[in-house]
Amino acid sequence: MSDPSSTVRTNGAGAAAVLAAGVGSLALGVLAVAGDLVPKFGRAMIFYKPTGLLSGVTTTAIMMWLAAWALLHARWRGRDVEMRGVGIAAFVLLCVAVLLTFPPVEHFF
Amino acid sequence: MEISVRALWTRIHGMGFGGLYLLACSGAIVELWRRYSPSAQAEPRPGDERFFRVYLLVMTLLAWFAVLSGAYVVYPWYRALPPAGTTNLASYPQQLLMSSAATIGWHSLGMEWKERVAWLAPISITMAAVVFFQYGRDLRKHPQLRDVVLGFVCVSLVAAGVAGFFGAEIDGHAPVKGGGMIHLMTEAQR
Repeated sequence: MSDPSSTVRTNGAGAAAVLAAGVGSLALGVLAVAGDLVPKFGRAMIFYKPTGLLSGVTTTAIMMWLAAWALLHARWRGRDVEMRGVGIAAFVLLCVAVLLTFPPVEHFF
Repeated sequence: MEISVRALWTRIHGMGFGGLYLLACSGAIVELWRRYSPSAQAEPRPGDERFFRVYLLVMTLLAWFAVLSGAYVVYPWYRALPPAGTTNLASYPQQLLMSSAATIGWHSLGMEWKERVAWLAPISITMAAVVFFQYGRDLRKHPQLRDVVLGFVCVSLVAAGVAGFFGAEIDGHAPVKGGGMIHLMTEAQR
């Protein structure tokens, strides 16, 4: 009988969670910039008037994050994926998201 | 001694949820860094692992409560528009900040960045908590996964720090006011 502690769980579920977090973060940054730069889109993102654009941007980004997570999880669970590439991609997406949320960056678009 | 309802909610949002999240972040980073490193000498005990699960769960709740209370309770008061002809903008923080060249940056840079970057914290810490719930001590066997989770938690600390810094400064320059007063202590009780 094999020792349960010696078996290594596959990294697919973790990789899916990590990459989806990167995707969700990037979605937040992109939607925030788009909402400010494209008035029609910005108006469409007002889901709750007292909170304004922020309500739609964050709600949509969260929905995109969870959808990406569900898709990636369904695809990768129980599998091993190339974690180094996934990790770098996710972290780059997160860093780009941080930059996109910084207001002066909008002036570059 | 009294405090307005809106000021109390601002404290709950900033010092309660946001402040506690910031404090907890450093603990999570140290724990992930030391105990779940592949080179860590001692394997985490089941009790420690259980504690860290609860710790991350509480952090996740704090992060979500912080952004939700900020966006849907405090922010509408902050960005309220004054009726036409209003000259005293003290009850309209955004308008008050924008009325002076000396303070407009606290809104155009501070609030605009804070209101968005803060949301990276709950996304990151939710991911970190779920990964830890799934892997627990097995995270030591996935060093690259643990490294990227650690990176996300560090960025969430920065995001929450930016939000906390600007939140405190904005509240100092143009506090959210009104909504009735809560009397904490009267002269007779003192």
